[in-house]
Amino acid sequence: MSATLPGVEDTRARIVAGTTSAEANLRECLERIAALNPKLQAFHSVAAQSSLARATELDALLKSGAQPGALHGVPVALKSNLCASGHETNCGSRLLAGWQAPYTARAVERLLDAGAILVGMTHMDEFGFGSSGENSAYATARNPHDPERTAGGSSSGSAVAVASGMVPLALGSDTGGSVRQPAALCGIAGFKPSYGRIPRHGLVAFGSSLDCISPFARSVTDLECAMEVLSGHDALDATSIEEPPLLRIASEGALDGWRIGVPRECFEAGAGSGLDEGVRTALEAALRCFEQLGAQCVEVSLPHLRHAIATYYIIACAEASSNLARFDGVRYGVRHTAGSSLAAMMSATRERGFGAEVKRRVLLGTFVLSAGYHEAWYQRAQRVRARIAQDFEQAFEQCEVLVTPTTPSTAFRLGEKSSDPLAMYLSDVLTVPASLAGIPALSIDCGRTQGLPVGMQILGPARADTRVLRAGRAFERKNA
Amino acid sequence: MSAAHDPALVSPRTGRRWLAVIGLETHVQLKTRTKLFCGCEYRFGAEPNTLTCALCTAQPGALPVLNREALALAVRAGLALGADIAPLSKFDRKHYFYCDLPKGYQISQYDQPYCKGGGIALASGRFIRLERIHMEEDAGKAIHDRGASTLVDLNRAGVPLIEMVTQADIQTAAEAFEYLTLLKERLQYAGVSDCDMEKGSLRCDVNISVRPAGEAWRTKVEIKNLNSFRFIAAAIEHEAWRQIEAYESEDPAQYPVQETRLYDPERNQTRTMRGKESARDYRYFPDPDLPPVVLDASFLERERSNLSEPADSRRARYREQLGLSPADAAELTSERAASDYFEACLRAGIDARDASSWIRNELLGWVGEPELGLRDFAQLPISPRELSEVLELIRSGRIASNAGRKLLRARALAGPDGPGIAALVAQLGLEQVQDDAQLEEWCRAALIGKEKIIADYRSGKEAALNALLGPVMKQSGGRAAPEKVREILKRLLSG
Repeated sequence: MSATLPGVEDTRARIVAGTTSAEANLRECLERIAALNPKLQAFHSVAAQSSLARATELDALLKSGAQPGALHGVPVALKSNLCASGHETNCGSRLLAGWQAPYTARAVERLLDAGAILVGMTHMDEFGFGSSGENSAYATARNPHDPERTAGGSSSGSAVAVASGMVPLALGSDTGGSVRQPAALCGIAGFKPSYGRIPRHGLVAFGSSLDCISPFARSVTDLECAMEVLSGHDALDATSIEEPPLLRIASEGALDGWRIGVPRECFEAGAGSGLDEGVRTALEAALRCFEQLGAQCVEVSLPHLRHAIATYYIIACAEASSNLARFDGVRYGVRHTAGSSLAAMMSATRERGFGAEVKRRVLLGTFVLSAGYHEAWYQRAQRVRARIAQDFEQAFEQCEVLVTPTTPSTAFRLGEKSSDPLAMYLSDVLTVPASLAGIPALSIDCGRTQGLPVGMQILGPARADTRVLRAGRAFERKNA
Repeated sequence: MSAAHDPALVSPRTGRRWLAVIGLETHVQLKTRTKLFCGCEYRFGAEPNTLTCALCTAQPGALPVLNREALALAVRAGLALGADIAPLSKFDRKHYFYCDLPKGYQISQYDQPYCKGGGIALASGRFIRLERIHMEEDAGKAIHDRGASTLVDLNRAGVPLIEMVTQADIQTAAEAFEYLTLLKERLQYAGVSDCDMEKGSLRCDVNISVRPAGEAWRTKVEIKNLNSFRFIAAAIEHEAWRQIEAYESEDPAQYPVQETRLYDPERNQTRTMRGKESARDYRYFPDPDLPPVVLDASFLERERSNLSEPADSRRARYREQLGLSPADAAELTSERAASDYFEACLRAGIDARDASSWIRNELLGWVGEPELGLRDFAQLPISPRELSEVLELIRSGRIASNAGRKLLRARALAGPDGPGIAALVAQLGLEQVQDDAQLEEWCRAALIGKEKIIADYRSGKEAALNALLGPVMKQSGGRAAPEKVREILKRLLSG
């Protein structure tokens, strides 16, 4: 599906070469969106007018002889938890229906400065809480490979927009797998960089110590293009890595001498939720491909991995309960009043504005931070988190990158897990460890089983983002 | 403890000796250009919600970034109070819901404050220990008295504060008053804060319990809404006696309970604000948006070198090395700007006593005079060099000392860009008249009709001359050189 559609690099190259114009290219995208969106529900708002105006502007700029940016004319979609002035950042929540940020996120600004065209905002699980898109207050995005199945979540709409060819590039956010998992289930590439690699300024916070703005594209090369623009230190985010933007390294196909770590725990049946046979087969084929590229596979162990889900949900919910405290109806969002008291107004706003999963996580988070439980839950989770990070450090002494499946199974049917939150949480088992450790993690397509895409995850040590991308690119070339 | 300092409160009814156990929690606002975690300015009294940004109003996605200037001032406060600065500290989120708290949490420091220990020595020699100092952001302001609605002003949200918590070392209202006075002075001298209670840049809560001498500590009560040092002392006095009477009632139902009370200055009473049974669970946890605060040795050294000599040390030096009286030394150091000015005068070569007397008797009194428009001493537009010029004019007899006063006022009125001293002397015609013919003319005129005085003088009453001096000075507009007038009068009268 993806091979026939132009990617980020192609799009820009064709516009710059004059084969097409930014406007003509955008019109094609808008037509595709008009045709597919009613069925696939990727976008909740499409800014046709403003994006066309911008495209015309870019075309004029190019004609005037201006140097085209790295993303000149490239249409992009944003997950609805990213702030972009003039666009609706509703976070998939009723509480923020119609809310427009008074400012633009730094990452979005970087895209726009590089010449990208903001096409619209995509559907997501409310505030990022979900793995299937079903927790959106507006609409559930559908998997382009089978609309009866989930596109994954929580960055569902952004994944679908890229996978279905509506746009070549989209931003999501990945807190525990919210970009990698939908990328895997939709058969595209998604990259969660090292924590702090892309500034979080303007990303509506879910779990602040885990949140990473992360791009979706149809190839690793395209992700690299995007990372070049998106990455780099920003003074408005105190947790952003103090390094310049990532530079693309001239391509090298081979991975001679590389050691690919294969964590035993990720391939064991019953690793939280058992690994599908089809997924295992696809991954084994992928590992053979790495060997053909000159790499050697070594088995490694991540002993604390089995605690990752519990640890993740404690920390993420604790931070979420705090981050969502600001949605009190006082300054923005949809206010509900009840009686005349301030406290009653705040309660009514939150009671009626938040969906069930949001309430569940806020309650969980409030509980684990409460006096008397704080030590047993939150603090212990922090210690386990440190152990998990240590496991990775030790594993990376034995290999350059780790390879795992991105998800234990392929896209499940919508409705299949929505009544069982624990089963839903468990499907994140392979993605949350990298989030807890803050390390870079790439998910790429590595084949099909029963017609559905299988995602492979490549992990690298903290800050070794380019290494991960390079391994992914080598694999992609070999399989092209 | 010296015999002179008996902190006991003796019950007039039972004769029992009670001791108060007092701790203070003082917040001061750091004198930074911008807020603690964003680039917004803060000015007291600005139009509501005009000094805010995405962070102040807690827009989703806005992130805090620590203001290095605030950190520097906080560290300087710690150093000025002799505290230990922690090489590693962190910020935590303190959660509660209120309309003036935009994020639903306040960024504060919980279990790893940047500063521990230190304290202040009272004149009695007793040392009031500090338990800790931590940094935090201020909340906004809710305004409830506008009909049915509550209005929220977020200008103050995010303003940098430090909170200084004492050990329960304070024993009397007078000690609390003295501690606060010294604390304020120390922080003002360190350039950390204006410590202006009226503008909210210093706020203080009191924790107080009482116990019979020799017995264990009892239930403590917190008092809030204290708007001046005087009220703090009064509230302590009142609350201590309220608690003593409660215990002496022997009715356990009357005994003090752990609660927060508000002080009402009009009635000089405290009343219950909220009980601790509704105590909040703040759910503190480290703020993931802010990396730990690491303070290295060079940073501390730089701030240490930025510290000015504290007031008490200056006072001692003025007394011991410059020979000023304790009262004069105290007055000169009553505010940092005046003391700095005095130091500059010494450097400009002005005699210590002259500088002291001009500053205390004239310049200090000008602050707040509407005509001069000086809001504080630091705004005084007269440079020490100019003061030195004026003193030299007086010393050399070119102007009278009264004219010197007039000259300095004129200089102050003219503002920083006004004309210099020499120009003003000419402009105002202040130079003394030394011309013999002119002086004699004035003297002769003064003698007319003063036969009684003339006779007195001639009969040997030297002092009678002074009665003639006045009219001459008056006629000359104060410009006649008094010594010369005296000589001329003597000559005329002996003639």
